[in-house]
This record gives sequence, structure tokens and C-alpha cells, in this order.
Amino acid sequence: MRIRKILAFICAAVLLIGAFTGCAPAETKVPAGNKTEEDGVSGSITMNGSTSVQPLAEELAKVFKDKNPNTTIDIQGGGSGVGIKSAADGVVDIGMSSRDLKPEEKSLKEFKIAVDGIAVIVNPNNKVEDLSTEQIFKIYTGEITDWKEVGGDSGEITVVTREEGSGTRGAFIELTKIESKSEGDRTVASAITQGSTGAVIATIAGDPNAIGYASFGSAKESTGIKMISIDGKACTEENIYSGEYKISRPFLMLTKAEPTGLAKAFLDFILGEEGQTVISGHNYLKAVK
Amino acid sequence: MNELSESSITSGSVNKIRKNEKTAFMFVWAAAAITVLALIVIVGSVLVNGINHLSLEFLTKEPANMGKDGGIFSIIITTVYLALFSLLIAAPIGICAAVFLTEYAKEGLVISLIRFGIETLAGIPSIIFGLFGYVFFVVFLKFRYSMVSGGLTLTFMILPTIIRTAEESVKMVPISYREGSLALGATKWQTIYKVVLPAAIPGILTGVILGIGRVVGETAAVIYTAGSSLGLPDSIWRPGRTMAVHLYILASEGLSKGNMYATATVLIITVLIINFTANRLIKQFVRP
Amino acid sequence: MKACEHMIQLILFICAIIAVLGVILISYFIINEGYPVIRKVGIWEFISGQKWAPTKEIYGIYPMIAGSLLVTIGALVLGVPIGIGCAIFMAELARPRIVEILKPGIELLAGIPSVIYGLYGLTVIVPFIRKVFNNQGFSVLAGSIVLAVMILPTIINVSESAIRSVPKEYKEASLSLGSSHWQSIKNVIVPAAHSGITAAVILGMGRAIGETMAVIMIAGNSPLVPESLLSPVRTLTGNIGIEMGYASGEHQQALFATGIVLFVFVMLLNIAANLIPKKAGE
Repeated sequence: MRIRKILAFICAAVLLIGAFTGCAPAETKVPAGNKTEEDGVSGSITMNGSTSVQPLAEELAKVFKDKNPNTTIDIQGGGSGVGIKSAADGVVDIGMSSRDLKPEEKSLKEFKIAVDGIAVIVNPNNKVEDLSTEQIFKIYTGEITDWKEVGGDSGEITVVTREEGSGTRGAFIELTKIESKSEGDRTVASAITQGSTGAVIATIAGDPNAIGYASFGSAKESTGIKMISIDGKACTEENIYSGEYKISRPFLMLTKAEPTGLAKAFLDFILGEEGQTVISGHNYLKAVK
Repeated sequence: MNELSESSITSGSVNKIRKNEKTAFMFVWAAAAITVLALIVIVGSVLVNGINHLSLEFLTKEPANMGKDGGIFSIIITTVYLALFSLLIAAPIGICAAVFLTEYAKEGLVISLIRFGIETLAGIPSIIFGLFGYVFFVVFLKFRYSMVSGGLTLTFMILPTIIRTAEESVKMVPISYREGSLALGATKWQTIYKVVLPAAIPGILTGVILGIGRVVGETAAVIYTAGSSLGLPDSIWRPGRTMAVHLYILASEGLSKGNMYATATVLIITVLIINFTANRLIKQFVRP
Repeated sequence: MKACEHMIQLILFICAIIAVLGVILISYFIINEGYPVIRKVGIWEFISGQKWAPTKEIYGIYPMIAGSLLVTIGALVLGVPIGIGCAIFMAELARPRIVEILKPGIELLAGIPSVIYGLYGLTVIVPFIRKVFNNQGFSVLAGSIVLAVMILPTIINVSESAIRSVPKEYKEASLSLGSSHWQSIKNVIVPAAHSGITAAVILGMGRAIGETMAVIMIAGNSPLVPESLLSPVRTLTGNIGIEMGYASGEHQQALFATGIVLFVFVMLLNIAANLIPKKAGE
């Protein structure tokens, strides 16, 4: 008898869950981004990609959803490479990237939604406040290995980098010339690889000898790490706009084909006045000043 | 044998034997103690850190701010959703397979092949399931990140567990049950359906529960098939985040220590309950 | 009626071969996707190549193979003695009541999700190593310690089973000849159970090599052959797990090729474990 009770409970649970979540097989199989709605403000889309863009995308989605309650925007991370690939594979409606597209990726439709600086970060206990581009290059290629060589206390530098598909990494190694045309990415192979913006920040916060790089928008809001200035220029909005802080990159939203339906509505929102206000409110820079 | 007769000759040697035995036993006791310690330390460290942040609110609120704030309500539901989905598919298939193996099959090449298949499936690393699930369900079949992709991938993962336990419990149903039923005129299938299976249900249920446990704890295969987006999936074609995935993301991104430990606590408690239930079932019904 | 019975038998048969179909499907996809890279690079160059740089189309997974092996061997060095010791304890020394408490505990250990092990490693073991050895913490050592605990249940269960199944006569004979309990264990019972214990170790190895999440979280993931126990390391599983999301084209195929190597490793281990008879005197 007890077994039957357990079985009954399980069946009830299934029915409950089904009713709760409105189990509707096959109905919503067609990606909502391609459904043509009258006013494009219902349905659901999936996005993934850059973990630098992700917090911003979530904020934008939240504001958008407040105005359009019948929409569902699912956002995942993974890195710019994931976003680009998923958009190209047709596996998501919008992919997010924090670096420019390479020539072979240009078949995607791209929408620049913001500009972001890449902050170089160290642990707050680290004495160093400023590094030159040259020093950063040498640290990341393994020439400089101890903090005392750049004015800090003696200690072996823990170099932290992002995974190869990261847009942040791509932009970083390009702008600091760590990536060269002939040899490609010359980041020292012993660097610790972390898979997202948050993971890099967490690693730096936990290791007094670590150095890393992450999205300015995220770094600014994080405690536990310290941004250092490069060539004397601090990582601030003005310096990024003016170009004095040299390491910055665009935030892109990518679609496989011309966006329609909810995807189009969301993108229009982001590129419009309201979306751009949200963006600048979160320490990112508007796409068009 | 020479060793023994030589060393038992003098009393000095006898003492040496005793000392060796004492040391050896100490080591063995220590081994057992370390094992238990490992369990207590790991579970304990999670619970100790997480209990503080656990609250009814945490369990009933939605996650906010990428998981930094809020609770894990939708995540819990997604986990249950995914578990039930995979089980609803894996259980029938697994039970049928087990029935076939015990009741109908004749020893031979085909059976060996099937068993080999099950053993192999059981040993495949979870990341390979993730790889396969992504390329096959998400991309090739165009199911995209969804409960379907995740559920089907997990079905393959837990199938061996279910088949094994179901097979064991069907085997343990006494032959007399079957003979009695057949003697009364029932067909083979009727016998199985109405007599053998009901008797084997406790054991089968154990396998199902263990399968749930596996699904709940799985990360690598889930993250590449069911996705990792927050928010309740409103149909089986939407992605969702399970507790294990959420824990992984919180841990690697360092978004919120409190929520991280709290999620881990909920996860461990869930696993504890699942294990406990399965154990009780085994004790009471399968091996009385 | 007969037709009905036959139908049912057919359905049951199909269910049974779904596992086999699954294996075939998975193998097919993985080999199909990964083979082009292996053919292009050459299987030997792929396995022994020391550089992994997919963006430059260089695919050598030797560092990852070394990484997987080192972490696994480390896990075995730590886990096997403890596991076998615990198995001996449970089979020979402990009172039944204690065994009754211990067994569920070990099953619980087996059921703990790998993320939780990873979490523990990340929050306790890595900082500990960082403090004691004054380095970055993410290392072979961290991976080995955590994996050792993860494979304990496998080793304990199979070893205990093997030890228990040694016929009582062996032990009684040994004791009646004057050996002490420990001497009996050491010289008679354990050797008799050696095939089962070997199987346990091999299964543990398989589990360790296949582990992904916990390792990614604590091993550092640098694609370099580890120089010491304290160096960061990337395993075969870690290689796939980290890069899979964004790898496309040839890079993705290279990851599948890594998967093939992993698959082969695990299959070989499983076959080896299954070939060894697990009971004494077989």
C-alpha cells in the first residue's frame, strides 16, 4: 500500500509541475524570434555569449520585460566565442560578443550596443597602482615574473587570463600587442585560465599576487579587486571615450539573419533612447555618444 | 607457510607479530576514520556555511541580478522538471529492458552485446554526454537549449542505473510467483505485468530514485544541453538552470558567497533525502 | 493472443537494445566529428604534440593526457591505500553494527554531486595549498586530493565485496595454522581477493579520468605539461569542458578528437576491469 501511495504522490507531483509550468509540447517549438507577431511584444527568445555583456543584457531584459510582460528573454553566458558560434549555429536568437567580428564571422548581422573598457585588475593588497603597456605585455608573455620588477612587493606573479574564445581576451591581446600577426597569441602558457568575467574577478580577489583583466563595467562594481591605471591613465569613462585609456572594445549583439519579432523589438529597444540610458547608467558607454 | 613457522618459534617474534598487527590494524582503523572524516568534513563545511543563508525566503524567491541576489525558487522547479522529464522516459524503457533481459532473453551473442552496451554507457564520462547532447539534440535536431535536449541526454545517462536495479529486483521475485500465475492460465506477459512487476516495484523504485539523484547532481551534461538561463521554463522547449549548474556558476563567478553556500546546502540536503529514501526502500522491501 | 505476446516481446527487445543504440549513436557522432582532425594532424602527432593552440591550428593533446594521468595517479596513490584499508576494516574488523552505519555513509559519499566536491576544493583545498606552498593553489595536488575522495566509494565497495567473497575456509585454515588475524589478512585473504581489488582500482581509475566539473574548478586549466605536483594542470575532460562552448569548425572537431581519446581510455579501462574475475579462486 505504501508503494501505491508513493506512486500516487509522484504522479501528483508530475501533474502539479505540468500544470504549474504550462507544459505545452510542440506549440512553442518554433523559435519565437521568427514568429511574426502583430506588435512583436510577446513570445520568447534565447540569448547567450559574452559574460562581459551578460550582466548588461540581463538589466536590459529586465527593463524591457517590465514594459512587455508577455515576453520571455532567456540569457546565458559562455563567452563571446559561444555567442558567435551559437548565433551562427542558429541555436540562439541573439548572440552577444565583446569583441569585433573576425572576417570569417562577418556573415552574421551585428548591432553595436555599447562600448566597454577592459580594466586591468589586481588584488587590493597589491602595492602597484600603475603599469605601462610595455610592462603588461612583458608580464603576460612571461618576461616579467615577479612583482618587485614593477615596483611591488616581492612575489611571483600569478597571471590570469580568459579562455581562448573570450571576446575580452581577444580584445585584450590585440590591443596590448600580446597577439602578433606572425606568432598569434603569445600569452604565457602557464597562465591560469578562467572561463568568465566573474571567475577572473573571483580569482584575483583570492590571490594577492594575481593580475588579470575584465570588463570595466563589471570591475567597477566589484569589491575585492583594484583597477590599475595604464600608462598613467586611469580606467574611467572619460578616458575611454577620449581614447586616452586605450584598451576598450565594442559590445555587439549578433543574429544569424535579419531579426524579426521579439528579437527585433528587443534590439530596437536597446539601441533606442531608453536602452542606451540603461547602458550608461551601468558604467558602460553608449554606442553612439 | 615457512614464514609463519619460523616467526612463531621465539616469544620475541611473537611480540613482533603482535606489534605488526597492532600497527596494521591502526592503519586500517585510520583508513576507515579518514573516509568518514572526509564525508563529515565536506558535507559539514557546506552545511555550516550555508545554513545561515538558508531561509524560506531563499527557497521561494526568484533569483535576481544574475544570481547575486534573490533565491532559487525557479531553479528548484527546473531541477525537478528536468528530473521528472528524464525519468518519465528512462524508467519505462529501463524497466522494459530489464524485463526483457531477465524474462525473455536467451544467453548468447545478442545478450552479451546488450550487456556490453549497458556497461559501456554506464562508464562514459559525463562531459562526453554533454558533447553528444549538444551536437545531436541541440544543434542537429534543432531542439536548441531546452528541457528536451537536457532530458533526452540525461535519459541515456541514467538508463544503465535503472536497468541494473530493475533487473536485480525482477530477478529476485521468486520463481514460484511466476509458476503459480502460469499454472492459473495467465500468459507470460500477463504474468509479468500483473505478478512479477508489482512484486519488483520496490527495487525498481530504488533505481528510479537513484536515477533522480544522478540527474540532480549532474552538471557537465546539463549545462550544454538544457542551458543555464534563469527563469522558469514555461514549456519543455525552453532552457533552464538546475541547482547543480547554478552552484557551478555561482562558485566559478564568485557572485555571492552566501547564495553559493545556500544553494550547495539545498543540493546536499536534496541528495541526502534521495539517498535516505532509497536506502530505506532497499532495507524494507528488497532485503528484508 | 500469440501475436500480442510477440508484439510485446518485440517492444521489450527494442527497449533493451536502446542502450546499445545509444552507445552506437554516441560513438558514431564523436568519431565522425573528431576523425577529420586526427587524420589531418596524424594520430601520433595528436597524442604526442606538446602544444595546444587551436587558434593557430596546432592540436597536440600530450599536456592534457599527461595532466589526466598525473591527477589520476595522484588520486590513486592517496585513495587506494585508504580505500583498501577501509574495505579490510569493513569486511574483517568492524562489528556488524558499525558496518551498518558505515555503508550508507559511503553511499552518500558516492552520491555527492561533483560540483560540491569542486566547491569544497575551491574554497578549502586551493586556498590551503596556496598558503602552505605560497603559489597559486590551483594544482595537480588539489585535483588529486579531491579525486581521491571521489573514487573512495568505488574502491571501497568493490574491494570489500571481493574480500568478503573469499571463502571462509581460507581464513580458517590460516588461523588454525597459527597465524594472527592480521597475518591471515595480509598473507591469505587479500592476495586471494587480489583480482577483485585490482578491478576496484581500475574502476576507480576510470572514474577519476572521466571526472570533469570538480577538476575544472580546481586544477588551473593551463594547457602545459605539469612540472610538479604544484603546477596547474588541464585534463582531457577539462580541455573539452572549457572550450566546447565556443569552439567551432576545426577547433570543435579537435575537441571531439580529444573526446575520442578519452572514450578509448575509459573503454579500455572498463574492458580491463570486466575481464578480471572479481571473486577469489575463479
